[in-house]
Amino acid sequence: MSEQVQNVMSVRNLSKVFKSGVFKPKYTVAVQDVSFDIKPGTIISLIGESGSGKTTIGKLILKLIKPSSGKIYYKGKDIEEIRNKDELKEYYKKVQGIFQDPFATFNPLYRVDRIFDMIYDSFGYDKSNKEERIHQVLQDVNLVPERTLGKFPHQLSGGQLQRLLIARALLMDVDVLIADELISMLDASTRIGVLNLLVELTEKKGMSVIFITHDLNLGYYISDESLIMYKGRLVESGDTKKIYESPVHPYTKMLFNSVPEIGKRWDPEEEFLPEQVIKDVEEFYKENAGKGFAAAGENHYVLYSID
Amino acid sequence: MAKEFWKKHENLYYAITNKKVIFGLTIFILVILLAIFGPMLTPYEYDEYAGAPYSPPSRQHLFGTNIMGQDVFTMTVYGLRTTLIVGLIAGTIATIIGCVVGFLAGYYGGSWFDEILMSLTNIFVVIPQLALLIILSAFLEVRGIMVMSIIVSATAWPWLARAVRAQTLSLRNQDYVNLSRISSLKVPRILREDIASNMFSYIFMSYILQFNGTMLATVQLEFLGLGPTKGISLGLVMQNAVNWNAIQLGMWWWGIIPGLILTVMITALYFVNTGLDAAFNPRLREM
Repeated sequence: MSEQVQNVMSVRNLSKVFKSGVFKPKYTVAVQDVSFDIKPGTIISLIGESGSGKTTIGKLILKLIKPSSGKIYYKGKDIEEIRNKDELKEYYKKVQGIFQDPFATFNPLYRVDRIFDMIYDSFGYDKSNKEERIHQVLQDVNLVPERTLGKFPHQLSGGQLQRLLIARALLMDVDVLIADELISMLDASTRIGVLNLLVELTEKKGMSVIFITHDLNLGYYISDESLIMYKGRLVESGDTKKIYESPVHPYTKMLFNSVPEIGKRWDPEEEFLPEQVIKDVEEFYKENAGKGFAAAGENHYVLYSID
Repeated sequence: MAKEFWKKHENLYYAITNKKVIFGLTIFILVILLAIFGPMLTPYEYDEYAGAPYSPPSRQHLFGTNIMGQDVFTMTVYGLRTTLIVGLIAGTIATIIGCVVGFLAGYYGGSWFDEILMSLTNIFVVIPQLALLIILSAFLEVRGIMVMSIIVSATAWPWLARAVRAQTLSLRNQDYVNLSRISSLKVPRILREDIASNMFSYIFMSYILQFNGTMLATVQLEFLGLGPTKGISLGLVMQNAVNWNAIQLGMWWWGIIPGLILTVMITALYFVNTGLDAAFNPRLREM
Protein backbone atom coordinates (compact mmCIF):
# COMPACT_ATOMS: atom_id res chain seq x y z
CA MET A 1 0.00 0.00 0.00
CA SER A 2 2.79 2.43 0.86
CA GLU A 3 4.21 1.82 -2.59
CA GLN A 4 0.92 2.85 -4.15
CA VAL A 5 0.80 6.08 -2.19
CA GLN A 6 4.24 6.99 -3.41
CA ASN A 7 3.19 6.53 -6.99
CA VAL A 8 0.85 9.16 -8.29
CA MET A 9 -1.01 6.53 -10.20
CA SER A 10 -1.01 2.74 -10.14
CA VAL A 11 -2.74 0.46 -12.57
CA ARG A 12 -3.31 -3.12 -11.48
CA ASN A 13 -4.42 -6.03 -13.69
CA LEU A 14 -6.55 -3.73 -15.81
CA SER A 15 -8.75 -5.35 -18.47
CA LYS A 16 -11.41 -4.01 -20.77
CA VAL A 17 -13.65 -6.11 -22.97
CA PHE A 18 -16.07 -4.39 -25.32
CA LYS A 19 -19.35 -6.11 -26.02
CA SER A 20 -21.51 -5.29 -29.00
CA GLY A 21 -24.99 -6.57 -29.74
CA VAL A 22 -27.48 -8.24 -27.44
CA PHE A 23 -28.69 -11.41 -29.11
CA LYS A 24 -25.35 -12.58 -30.48
CA PRO A 25 -22.82 -10.49 -28.60
CA LYS A 26 -19.38 -10.03 -30.04
CA TYR A 27 -16.53 -9.50 -27.65
CA THR A 28 -13.48 -7.40 -28.37
CA VAL A 29 -10.64 -7.55 -25.89
CA ALA A 30 -9.07 -4.10 -25.90
CA VAL A 31 -6.90 -4.26 -22.79
CA GLN A 32 -5.81 -7.40 -20.97
CA ASP A 33 -4.17 -7.66 -17.58
CA VAL A 34 -2.13 -4.46 -17.69
CA SER A 35 -0.25 -3.19 -14.63
CA PHE A 36 2.09 -0.24 -14.27
CA ASP A 37 2.98 2.66 -11.97
CA ILE A 38 3.49 6.32 -12.59
CA LYS A 39 5.88 8.22 -10.38
CA PRO A 40 5.41 11.94 -9.83
CA GLY A 41 7.21 14.16 -12.32
CA THR A 42 7.90 11.49 -14.90
CA ILE A 43 6.92 11.06 -18.50
CA ILE A 44 5.86 7.57 -19.39
CA SER A 45 5.17 6.63 -22.96
CA LEU A 46 2.63 4.08 -24.04
CA ILE A 47 3.75 2.69 -27.37
CA GLY A 48 1.94 0.32 -29.66
CA GLU A 49 0.26 -0.13 -33.02
CA SER A 50 -3.29 0.97 -33.81
CA GLY A 51 -5.78 -1.13 -31.92
CA SER A 52 -3.29 -2.24 -29.29
CA GLY A 53 -5.38 -0.66 -26.51
CA LYS A 54 -3.39 2.52 -25.84
CA THR A 55 -6.31 4.93 -26.15
CA THR A 56 -8.54 2.61 -24.12
CA ILE A 57 -6.13 2.76 -21.20
CA GLY A 58 -6.23 6.55 -21.39
CA LYS A 59 -10.03 6.56 -21.35
CA LEU A 60 -10.10 4.12 -18.44
CA ILE A 61 -7.85 6.38 -16.39
CA LEU A 62 -10.03 9.37 -17.26
CA LYS A 63 -13.08 7.42 -16.07
CA LEU A 64 -14.78 7.81 -19.43
CA ILE A 65 -15.34 4.05 -19.64
CA LYS A 66 -15.51 1.43 -16.91
CA PRO A 67 -12.92 -1.33 -16.62
CA SER A 68 -14.09 -4.94 -17.01
CA SER A 69 -11.72 -5.93 -14.23
CA GLY A 70 -8.69 -4.59 -12.43
CA LYS A 71 -8.09 -1.43 -10.46
CA ILE A 72 -6.68 2.03 -11.00
CA TYR A 73 -5.36 3.88 -7.95
CA TYR A 74 -4.80 7.62 -7.88
CA LYS A 75 -2.58 8.50 -4.92
CA GLY A 76 -3.58 5.23 -3.30
CA LYS A 77 -7.28 5.71 -3.81
CA ASP A 78 -9.30 3.37 -6.01
CA ILE A 79 -10.81 5.64 -8.66
CA GLU A 80 -13.83 3.38 -9.03
CA GLU A 81 -14.90 4.60 -5.61
CA ILE A 82 -15.09 8.17 -6.87
CA ARG A 83 -18.79 8.51 -7.58
CA ASN A 84 -19.71 11.67 -5.76
CA LYS A 85 -19.88 14.79 -7.94
CA ASP A 86 -17.49 16.85 -5.83
CA GLU A 87 -14.94 14.07 -5.57
CA LEU A 88 -15.09 13.58 -9.32
CA LYS A 89 -14.50 17.29 -9.79
CA GLU A 90 -11.44 17.13 -7.56
CA TYR A 91 -10.21 14.15 -9.56
CA TYR A 92 -10.60 15.93 -12.88
CA LYS A 93 -8.93 19.00 -11.46
CA LYS A 94 -5.80 16.89 -11.10
CA VAL A 95 -6.11 14.28 -13.86
CA GLN A 96 -6.65 15.58 -17.35
CA GLY A 97 -6.45 14.38 -20.91
CA ILE A 98 -5.92 15.56 -24.45
CA PHE A 99 -7.69 13.47 -27.05
CA GLN A 100 -6.44 12.11 -30.30
CA ASP A 101 -8.53 13.99 -32.81
CA PRO A 102 -8.52 17.76 -32.25
CA PHE A 103 -11.35 18.34 -34.73
CA ALA A 104 -13.65 16.00 -32.81
CA THR A 105 -12.71 17.48 -29.45
CA PHE A 106 -14.36 20.81 -30.17
CA ASN A 107 -18.12 21.19 -30.24
CA PRO A 108 -18.60 22.67 -33.74
CA LEU A 109 -21.42 24.97 -32.60
CA TYR A 110 -19.33 26.92 -30.11
CA ARG A 111 -16.35 29.20 -30.39
CA VAL A 112 -13.05 27.69 -29.28
CA ASP A 113 -12.99 29.86 -26.14
CA ARG A 114 -15.56 27.47 -24.70
CA ILE A 115 -12.85 25.00 -23.62
CA PHE A 116 -11.44 27.67 -21.29
CA ASP A 117 -14.85 28.89 -20.14
CA MET A 118 -15.82 25.35 -19.16
CA ILE A 119 -12.91 24.85 -16.80
CA TYR A 120 -13.35 28.31 -15.31
CA ASP A 121 -17.03 27.58 -14.74
CA SER A 122 -16.61 24.18 -13.14
CA PHE A 123 -13.33 24.36 -11.26
CA GLY A 124 -13.83 27.79 -9.75
CA TYR A 125 -10.58 29.41 -10.81
CA ASP A 126 -10.03 33.06 -10.09
CA LYS A 127 -11.68 34.93 -12.95
CA SER A 128 -10.06 38.30 -12.34
CA ASN A 129 -6.96 37.46 -14.37
CA LYS A 130 -8.65 34.99 -16.70
CA GLU A 131 -7.87 36.79 -19.94
CA GLU A 132 -4.28 37.41 -18.94
CA ARG A 133 -3.66 33.78 -18.07
CA ILE A 134 -5.28 32.49 -21.23
CA HIS A 135 -3.14 34.83 -23.33
CA GLN A 136 -0.07 33.64 -21.46
CA VAL A 137 -0.71 29.91 -22.04
CA LEU A 138 -1.59 30.56 -25.67
CA GLN A 139 1.73 32.28 -26.15
CA ASP A 140 3.43 29.35 -24.43
CA VAL A 141 2.17 27.06 -27.16
CA ASN A 142 3.05 29.49 -29.92
CA LEU A 143 -0.44 30.72 -30.69
CA VAL A 144 -1.44 34.31 -31.36
CA PRO A 145 -4.40 34.96 -29.01
CA GLU A 146 -6.00 37.56 -31.29
CA ARG A 147 -6.00 35.13 -34.18
CA THR A 148 -7.36 32.12 -32.33
CA LEU A 149 -9.78 33.29 -29.66
CA GLY A 150 -13.31 33.96 -30.86
CA LYS A 151 -12.99 31.64 -33.83
CA PHE A 152 -15.06 28.59 -34.63
CA PRO A 153 -13.23 25.25 -34.65
CA HIS A 154 -13.64 24.83 -38.41
CA GLN A 155 -11.82 28.11 -38.97
CA LEU A 156 -8.63 26.80 -37.35
CA SER A 157 -6.21 24.10 -38.41
CA GLY A 158 -5.72 20.78 -36.67
CA GLY A 159 -2.40 21.92 -35.27
CA GLN A 160 -3.90 25.12 -33.86
CA LEU A 161 -6.74 23.19 -32.23
CA GLN A 162 -4.30 20.71 -30.74
CA ARG A 163 -2.24 23.54 -29.29
CA LEU A 164 -5.39 25.08 -27.83
CA LEU A 165 -6.01 21.80 -26.01
CA ILE A 166 -2.45 21.77 -24.75
CA ALA A 167 -2.94 25.34 -23.56
CA ARG A 168 -6.06 24.23 -21.71
CA ALA A 169 -4.09 21.53 -19.93
CA LEU A 170 -1.34 24.04 -19.08
CA LEU A 171 -3.87 26.40 -17.60
CA MET A 172 -4.91 23.71 -15.16
CA ASP A 173 -2.33 22.71 -12.64
CA VAL A 174 -2.62 18.94 -13.08
CA ASP A 175 -0.87 15.94 -11.54
CA VAL A 176 -1.41 13.55 -14.40
CA LEU A 177 -1.87 14.45 -18.04
CA ILE A 178 -2.91 11.82 -20.54
CA ALA A 179 -1.66 12.96 -23.91
CA ASP A 180 -3.11 10.83 -26.68
CA GLU A 181 -1.10 11.30 -29.88
CA LEU A 182 -0.47 14.76 -28.55
CA ILE A 183 1.57 16.33 -31.29
CA SER A 184 0.45 14.24 -34.24
CA MET A 185 -0.93 17.27 -36.05
CA LEU A 186 1.90 19.69 -35.34
CA ASP A 187 4.63 20.51 -37.78
CA ALA A 188 8.17 19.50 -36.98
CA SER A 189 9.28 22.93 -35.75
CA THR A 190 6.45 23.38 -33.26
CA ARG A 191 6.74 19.79 -32.08
CA ILE A 192 10.05 20.20 -30.36
CA GLY A 193 8.84 23.37 -28.68
CA VAL A 194 5.77 21.65 -27.25
CA LEU A 195 7.75 18.60 -26.19
CA ASN A 196 10.31 20.73 -24.41
CA LEU A 197 7.50 22.61 -22.73
CA LEU A 198 6.09 19.32 -21.44
CA VAL A 199 9.45 18.21 -20.10
CA GLU A 200 9.92 21.59 -18.43
CA LEU A 201 6.52 21.32 -16.76
CA THR A 202 7.18 17.86 -15.42
CA GLU A 203 10.46 19.05 -13.95
CA LYS A 204 9.12 22.31 -12.53
CA LYS A 205 5.69 21.35 -11.30
CA GLY A 206 6.07 17.62 -10.81
CA MET A 207 3.38 16.82 -13.37
CA SER A 208 3.32 13.26 -14.72
CA VAL A 209 2.51 12.61 -18.34
CA ILE A 210 1.23 9.46 -19.99
CA PHE A 211 2.38 9.97 -23.51
CA ILE A 212 0.39 7.74 -25.84
CA THR A 213 2.10 7.41 -29.19
CA HIS A 214 2.98 5.12 -32.05
CA ASP A 215 6.08 7.12 -32.83
CA LEU A 216 9.12 5.43 -31.32
CA ASN A 217 11.41 8.39 -31.84
CA LEU A 218 9.11 10.63 -29.85
CA GLY A 219 8.89 8.03 -27.12
CA TYR A 220 12.63 7.95 -26.79
CA TYR A 221 13.02 11.71 -26.97
CA ILE A 222 10.62 12.48 -24.20
CA SER A 223 9.98 9.61 -21.84
CA ASP A 224 11.66 8.29 -18.72
CA GLU A 225 9.83 5.01 -18.90
CA SER A 226 8.20 3.14 -21.73
CA LEU A 227 5.38 0.66 -21.98
CA ILE A 228 5.12 -1.41 -25.14
CA MET A 229 1.63 -2.67 -25.90
CA TYR A 230 0.77 -5.50 -28.26
CA LYS A 231 -2.78 -6.76 -28.80
CA GLY A 232 -4.06 -5.32 -25.54
CA ARG A 233 -1.22 -6.70 -23.44
CA LEU A 234 1.76 -4.99 -21.95
CA VAL A 235 4.68 -6.91 -23.44
CA GLU A 236 7.65 -4.91 -22.23
CA SER A 237 8.02 -2.11 -19.74
CA GLY A 238 10.62 -0.22 -17.79
CA ASP A 239 13.42 2.24 -18.30
CA THR A 240 13.23 3.75 -21.79
CA LYS A 241 16.96 3.48 -22.45
CA LYS A 242 17.09 -0.16 -21.49
CA ILE A 243 14.16 -1.10 -23.66
CA TYR A 244 15.45 0.81 -26.66
CA GLU A 245 18.96 -0.52 -26.31
CA SER A 246 18.22 -4.13 -25.55
CA PRO A 247 14.67 -5.12 -26.41
CA VAL A 248 13.74 -8.67 -25.37
CA HIS A 249 10.24 -9.32 -26.60
CA PRO A 250 10.05 -10.25 -30.31
CA TYR A 251 7.34 -7.67 -30.95
CA THR A 252 9.45 -4.88 -29.49
CA LYS A 253 12.39 -6.01 -31.61
CA MET A 254 10.25 -5.93 -34.74
CA LEU A 255 8.98 -2.49 -33.78
CA PHE A 256 12.48 -1.06 -33.56
CA ASN A 257 13.52 -2.71 -36.81
CA SER A 258 10.64 -1.18 -38.69
CA VAL A 259 11.43 2.45 -37.92
CA PRO A 260 12.55 4.22 -41.08
CA GLU A 261 15.80 6.02 -40.51
CA ILE A 262 16.71 9.39 -41.89
CA GLY A 263 19.19 8.92 -44.71
CA LYS A 264 18.09 5.39 -45.48
CA ARG A 265 15.98 4.55 -48.55
CA TRP A 266 13.62 1.61 -48.68
CA ASP A 267 15.16 -1.70 -49.61
CA PRO A 268 13.22 -3.94 -52.02
CA GLU A 269 15.08 -6.99 -50.67
CA GLU A 270 13.75 -6.46 -47.19
CA GLU A 271 10.41 -8.09 -46.56
CA PHE A 272 7.95 -7.37 -43.83
CA LEU A 273 5.62 -10.19 -42.89
CA PRO A 274 3.04 -9.51 -40.21
CA GLU A 275 2.47 -13.27 -39.92
CA GLN A 276 6.11 -13.70 -39.02
CA VAL A 277 5.68 -11.47 -35.97
CA ILE A 278 2.69 -13.47 -34.75
CA LYS A 279 4.69 -16.69 -35.19
CA ASP A 280 7.74 -15.28 -33.46
CA VAL A 281 5.66 -14.09 -30.52
CA GLU A 282 3.95 -17.49 -30.19
CA GLU A 283 7.28 -19.27 -30.26
CA PHE A 284 8.71 -16.87 -27.71
CA TYR A 285 5.83 -17.56 -25.35
CA LYS A 286 6.24 -21.33 -25.83
CA GLU A 287 9.97 -21.26 -25.15
CA ASN A 288 9.54 -19.30 -21.96
CA ALA A 289 6.41 -21.07 -20.73
CA GLY A 290 5.69 -20.54 -17.04
CA LYS A 291 7.78 -17.41 -16.67
CA GLY A 292 4.93 -14.91 -17.02
CA PHE A 293 5.64 -11.19 -16.65
CA ALA A 294 9.10 -11.11 -15.16
CA ALA A 295 12.13 -8.91 -14.77
CA ALA A 296 14.78 -8.97 -17.47
CA GLY A 297 17.02 -6.57 -15.62
CA GLU A 298 16.75 -3.72 -13.20
CA ASN A 299 13.57 -1.74 -13.98
CA HIS A 300 12.99 -3.72 -17.15
CA TYR A 301 10.11 -6.18 -17.36
CA VAL A 302 9.08 -8.48 -20.17
CA LEU A 303 6.03 -10.58 -20.80
CA TYR A 304 7.70 -13.96 -21.32
CA SER A 305 4.59 -16.06 -21.56
CA ILE A 306 0.82 -15.95 -21.25
CA ASP A 307 -0.44 -18.78 -19.08
CA MET B 1 -27.44 46.76 -27.09
CA ALA B 2 -28.97 45.39 -30.27
CA LYS B 3 -25.56 44.32 -31.44
CA GLU B 4 -24.99 42.36 -28.28
CA PHE B 5 -28.34 40.63 -28.66
CA TRP B 6 -27.48 39.46 -32.17
CA LYS B 7 -24.06 38.31 -31.10
CA LYS B 8 -25.66 36.07 -28.50
CA HIS B 9 -28.34 34.77 -30.82
CA GLU B 10 -26.38 34.65 -34.02
CA ASN B 11 -28.16 31.48 -35.20
CA LEU B 12 -31.39 33.45 -35.17
CA TYR B 13 -29.67 36.27 -37.04
CA TYR B 14 -28.43 33.92 -39.74
CA ALA B 15 -31.87 32.28 -39.90
CA ILE B 16 -33.88 35.43 -40.44
CA THR B 17 -31.42 36.92 -42.91
CA ASN B 18 -31.29 33.81 -45.07
CA LYS B 19 -33.01 34.45 -48.42
CA LYS B 20 -34.56 31.01 -48.66
CA VAL B 21 -35.98 31.29 -45.14
CA ILE B 22 -37.40 34.76 -45.85
CA PHE B 23 -38.96 33.60 -49.11
CA GLY B 24 -40.43 30.39 -47.68
CA LEU B 25 -41.59 31.94 -44.44
CA THR B 26 -43.34 34.82 -46.21
CA ILE B 27 -45.38 32.46 -48.36
CA PHE B 28 -46.12 30.20 -45.41
CA ILE B 29 -47.29 33.11 -43.27
CA LEU B 30 -49.53 34.33 -46.10
CA VAL B 31 -51.16 30.90 -46.31
CA ILE B 32 -51.60 30.81 -42.53
CA LEU B 33 -53.16 34.28 -42.59
CA LEU B 34 -55.47 33.09 -45.34
CA ALA B 35 -56.54 30.17 -43.15
CA ILE B 36 -57.07 32.39 -40.10
CA PHE B 37 -58.73 35.44 -41.63
CA GLY B 38 -60.08 33.92 -44.87
CA PRO B 39 -63.45 32.95 -43.37
CA MET B 40 -63.96 36.59 -42.32
CA LEU B 41 -63.43 37.77 -45.89
CA THR B 42 -66.22 35.71 -47.31
CA PRO B 43 -69.93 36.37 -46.76
CA TYR B 44 -70.87 32.75 -47.51
CA GLU B 45 -70.90 29.50 -45.59
CA TYR B 46 -68.90 26.66 -47.11
CA ASP B 47 -71.94 24.40 -47.59
CA GLU B 48 -74.58 26.93 -48.69
CA TYR B 49 -75.77 27.85 -52.15
CA ALA B 50 -73.75 30.99 -52.79
CA GLY B 51 -74.42 31.94 -56.38
CA ALA B 52 -74.88 30.68 -59.89
CA PRO B 53 -73.31 27.23 -60.25
CA TYR B 54 -70.54 26.66 -62.76
CA SER B 55 -69.25 30.27 -62.67
CA PRO B 56 -65.50 30.91 -63.16
CA PRO B 57 -63.43 33.07 -60.74
CA SER B 58 -64.84 36.58 -60.55
CA ARG B 59 -64.98 39.47 -58.10
CA GLN B 60 -67.96 37.93 -56.31
CA HIS B 61 -66.53 34.43 -56.23
CA LEU B 62 -62.75 34.70 -56.08
CA PHE B 63 -62.16 31.00 -56.87
CA GLY B 64 -65.46 30.54 -58.74
CA THR B 65 -68.33 28.26 -57.75
CA ASN B 66 -68.82 24.55 -58.15
CA ILE B 67 -71.58 22.54 -59.74
CA MET B 68 -73.81 22.93 -56.67
CA GLY B 69 -73.29 26.69 -56.57
CA GLN B 70 -71.03 26.57 -53.50
CA ASP B 71 -68.25 29.15 -53.24
CA VAL B 72 -64.86 27.47 -53.83
CA PHE B 73 -62.92 30.22 -52.00
CA THR B 74 -65.00 29.68 -48.86
CA MET B 75 -64.58 25.92 -49.07
CA THR B 76 -60.81 26.30 -49.59
CA VAL B 77 -60.17 28.59 -46.63
CA TYR B 78 -62.27 26.47 -44.26
CA GLY B 79 -60.65 23.31 -45.63
CA LEU B 80 -57.21 24.82 -45.23
CA ARG B 81 -57.94 25.33 -41.53
CA THR B 82 -58.83 21.70 -40.95
CA THR B 83 -55.89 20.40 -42.96
CA LEU B 84 -53.41 22.70 -41.21
CA ILE B 85 -54.69 21.79 -37.75
CA VAL B 86 -54.61 18.04 -38.44
CA GLY B 87 -51.14 18.35 -39.99
CA LEU B 88 -49.87 20.43 -37.08
CA ILE B 89 -51.19 18.12 -34.35
CA ALA B 90 -50.11 14.97 -36.17
CA GLY B 91 -46.69 16.44 -36.96
CA THR B 92 -46.20 17.43 -33.33
CA ILE B 93 -47.24 14.01 -32.02
CA ALA B 94 -45.00 12.23 -34.54
CA THR B 95 -42.03 14.45 -33.69
CA ILE B 96 -42.46 13.97 -29.93
CA ILE B 97 -42.81 10.18 -30.19
CA GLY B 98 -39.91 10.00 -32.64
CA CYS B 99 -37.64 12.10 -30.43
CA VAL B 100 -38.50 10.31 -27.18
CA VAL B 101 -38.03 6.84 -28.66
CA GLY B 102 -34.91 7.87 -30.57
CA PHE B 103 -33.28 9.67 -27.66
CA LEU B 104 -33.92 6.84 -25.17
CA ALA B 105 -32.81 4.14 -27.59
CA GLY B 106 -29.69 6.10 -28.47
CA TYR B 107 -28.83 6.94 -24.89
CA TYR B 108 -29.12 3.32 -23.79
CA GLY B 109 -27.62 2.16 -27.10
CA GLY B 110 -26.68 -1.51 -27.20
CA SER B 111 -28.90 -2.54 -24.29
CA TRP B 112 -32.06 -4.64 -24.17
CA PHE B 113 -34.09 -1.50 -23.90
CA ASP B 114 -32.63 -0.19 -27.12
CA GLU B 115 -33.21 -3.53 -28.83
CA ILE B 116 -36.89 -3.60 -27.84
CA LEU B 117 -37.53 -0.01 -28.89
CA MET B 118 -35.84 -0.53 -32.22
CA SER B 119 -37.73 -3.78 -32.92
CA LEU B 120 -40.95 -1.89 -32.33
CA THR B 121 -39.81 0.90 -34.62
CA ASN B 122 -38.82 -1.56 -37.33
CA ILE B 123 -42.25 -3.17 -37.18
CA PHE B 124 -43.82 0.23 -37.77
CA VAL B 125 -41.41 1.01 -40.58
CA VAL B 126 -42.40 -2.02 -42.67
CA ILE B 127 -46.16 -1.53 -42.25
CA PRO B 128 -47.47 -0.10 -45.53
CA GLN B 129 -48.59 3.34 -44.43
CA LEU B 130 -51.54 3.89 -46.72
CA ALA B 131 -53.01 0.42 -46.16
CA LEU B 132 -52.90 0.84 -42.38
CA LEU B 133 -54.38 4.30 -42.62
CA ILE B 134 -57.25 3.04 -44.80
CA ILE B 135 -58.00 0.14 -42.44
CA LEU B 136 -57.82 2.31 -39.34
CA SER B 137 -59.95 5.02 -40.88
CA ALA B 138 -62.52 2.57 -42.18
CA PHE B 139 -62.75 0.90 -38.79
CA LEU B 140 -63.59 4.16 -37.02
CA GLU B 141 -66.97 5.31 -38.18
CA VAL B 142 -66.85 8.75 -36.61
CA ARG B 143 -63.60 10.58 -37.20
CA GLY B 144 -62.84 13.98 -35.71
CA ILE B 145 -59.73 16.11 -36.08
CA MET B 146 -57.98 14.49 -33.09
CA VAL B 147 -58.62 10.93 -34.28
CA MET B 148 -57.38 11.87 -37.74
CA SER B 149 -54.20 13.31 -36.26
CA ILE B 150 -53.46 10.20 -34.23
CA ILE B 151 -54.07 7.94 -37.22
CA VAL B 152 -51.71 9.97 -39.39
CA SER B 153 -49.00 10.31 -36.75
CA ALA B 154 -49.03 6.56 -36.00
CA THR B 155 -47.07 5.86 -39.16
CA ALA B 156 -45.08 9.09 -39.34
CA TRP B 157 -42.77 8.74 -36.33
CA PRO B 158 -40.55 5.68 -37.03
CA TRP B 159 -38.09 7.24 -39.48
CA LEU B 160 -37.51 10.13 -37.11
CA ALA B 161 -36.97 7.76 -34.17
CA ARG B 162 -34.33 5.87 -36.13
CA ALA B 163 -32.60 9.04 -37.25
CA VAL B 164 -32.60 10.58 -33.76
CA ARG B 165 -31.27 7.34 -32.26
CA ALA B 166 -28.42 7.22 -34.75
CA GLN B 167 -27.58 10.87 -34.04
CA THR B 168 -27.65 10.37 -30.28
CA LEU B 169 -25.45 7.29 -30.55
CA SER B 170 -22.81 9.09 -32.54
CA LEU B 171 -22.96 12.26 -30.44
CA ARG B 172 -22.71 10.34 -27.18
CA ASN B 173 -19.27 9.07 -28.16
CA GLN B 174 -17.93 12.32 -29.54
CA ASP B 175 -14.69 13.53 -28.05
CA TYR B 176 -16.20 16.92 -27.27
CA VAL B 177 -18.68 15.17 -25.01
CA ASN B 178 -15.70 13.48 -23.36
CA LEU B 179 -13.95 16.83 -23.02
CA SER B 180 -17.02 18.30 -21.34
CA ARG B 181 -17.10 15.29 -19.04
CA ILE B 182 -13.48 15.70 -17.97
CA SER B 183 -14.16 19.42 -17.58
CA SER B 184 -16.69 18.34 -14.91
CA LEU B 185 -19.59 19.93 -16.71
CA LYS B 186 -22.96 19.06 -15.20
CA VAL B 187 -24.90 16.40 -17.06
CA PRO B 188 -27.86 18.64 -17.99
CA ARG B 189 -25.43 21.14 -19.49
CA ILE B 190 -23.69 18.42 -21.51
CA LEU B 191 -27.05 17.19 -22.77
CA ARG B 192 -28.11 20.71 -23.64
CA GLU B 193 -24.95 22.13 -25.14
CA ASP B 194 -23.24 19.10 -26.60
CA ILE B 195 -26.01 16.69 -27.52
CA ALA B 196 -29.31 18.53 -27.88
CA SER B 197 -27.97 21.67 -29.51
CA ASN B 198 -26.08 19.63 -32.05
CA MET B 199 -29.36 17.93 -32.79
CA PHE B 200 -31.67 20.91 -32.40
CA SER B 201 -31.51 22.10 -35.96
CA TYR B 202 -32.00 18.56 -37.13
CA ILE B 203 -35.06 18.06 -34.93
CA PHE B 204 -36.47 21.44 -35.87
CA MET B 205 -36.09 20.68 -39.54
CA SER B 206 -37.51 17.20 -39.06
CA TYR B 207 -40.48 18.86 -37.46
CA ILE B 208 -41.04 20.91 -40.58
CA LEU B 209 -40.72 17.79 -42.71
CA GLN B 210 -43.08 15.91 -40.40
CA PHE B 211 -45.58 18.75 -40.68
CA ASN B 212 -45.31 18.54 -44.48
CA GLY B 213 -45.58 14.77 -44.49
CA THR B 214 -48.55 14.58 -42.16
CA MET B 215 -50.36 17.29 -44.07
CA LEU B 216 -49.90 15.37 -47.32
CA ALA B 217 -50.98 12.12 -45.65
CA THR B 218 -54.07 13.87 -44.30
CA VAL B 219 -55.02 15.24 -47.70
CA GLN B 220 -54.37 11.82 -49.20
CA LEU B 221 -56.83 10.22 -46.77
CA GLU B 222 -59.38 12.96 -47.26
CA PHE B 223 -59.07 12.56 -51.00
CA LEU B 224 -59.90 8.88 -50.62
CA GLY B 225 -62.96 9.83 -48.59
CA LEU B 226 -61.42 8.78 -45.29
CA GLY B 227 -61.06 12.24 -43.82
CA PRO B 228 -63.02 13.77 -40.93
CA THR B 229 -66.62 12.68 -41.15
CA LYS B 230 -67.91 16.19 -40.49
CA GLY B 231 -66.92 19.50 -42.03
CA ILE B 232 -64.76 20.35 -44.99
CA SER B 233 -61.12 19.89 -45.86
CA LEU B 234 -58.77 20.52 -48.77
CA GLY B 235 -58.73 16.85 -49.71
CA LEU B 236 -62.51 16.68 -49.63
CA VAL B 237 -62.82 19.68 -51.97
CA MET B 238 -60.47 17.96 -54.41
CA GLN B 239 -62.29 14.63 -54.04
CA ASN B 240 -65.60 16.24 -54.87
CA ALA B 241 -64.05 17.99 -57.84
CA VAL B 242 -62.86 14.65 -59.20
CA ASN B 243 -66.14 12.91 -58.44
CA TRP B 244 -68.05 15.54 -60.39
CA ASN B 245 -65.61 15.42 -63.31
CA ALA B 246 -64.73 19.09 -62.72
CA ILE B 247 -61.73 19.14 -65.05
CA GLN B 248 -63.56 17.46 -67.92
CA LEU B 249 -66.43 19.90 -67.49
CA GLY B 250 -64.03 22.83 -67.67
CA MET B 251 -64.31 23.81 -63.98
CA TRP B 252 -60.51 23.78 -63.42
CA TRP B 253 -60.82 26.24 -60.53
CA TRP B 254 -62.69 23.72 -58.40
CA GLY B 255 -59.89 21.14 -58.09
CA ILE B 256 -56.72 22.91 -59.22
CA ILE B 257 -56.76 25.99 -56.96
CA PRO B 258 -56.98 24.09 -53.62
CA GLY B 259 -54.29 21.67 -54.84
CA LEU B 260 -52.10 24.56 -55.93
CA ILE B 261 -52.34 26.22 -52.51
CA LEU B 262 -51.29 23.00 -50.82
CA THR B 263 -48.36 22.57 -53.22
CA VAL B 264 -47.18 26.14 -52.77
CA MET B 265 -47.37 25.86 -48.96
CA ILE B 266 -45.39 22.62 -48.85
CA THR B 267 -42.78 23.96 -51.28
CA ALA B 268 -42.45 27.08 -49.12
CA LEU B 269 -41.79 24.92 -46.06
CA TYR B 270 -39.08 23.01 -47.94
CA PHE B 271 -37.45 26.34 -48.70
CA VAL B 272 -37.52 27.23 -45.00
CA ASN B 273 -36.07 23.80 -44.26
CA THR B 274 -33.06 24.09 -46.57
CA GLY B 275 -32.50 27.72 -45.57
CA LEU B 276 -32.43 26.84 -41.87
CA ASP B 277 -29.95 24.06 -42.56
CA ALA B 278 -27.49 26.66 -43.80
CA ALA B 279 -28.27 29.00 -40.91
CA PHE B 280 -27.82 26.45 -38.15
CA ASN B 281 -24.67 24.84 -39.49
CA PRO B 282 -21.70 27.22 -39.25
CA ARG B 283 -19.89 25.17 -41.85
CA LEU B 284 -22.51 25.99 -44.50
CA ARG B 285 -22.47 29.71 -43.75
CA GLU B 286 -20.79 32.03 -46.17
CA MET B 287 -18.12 33.90 -44.30
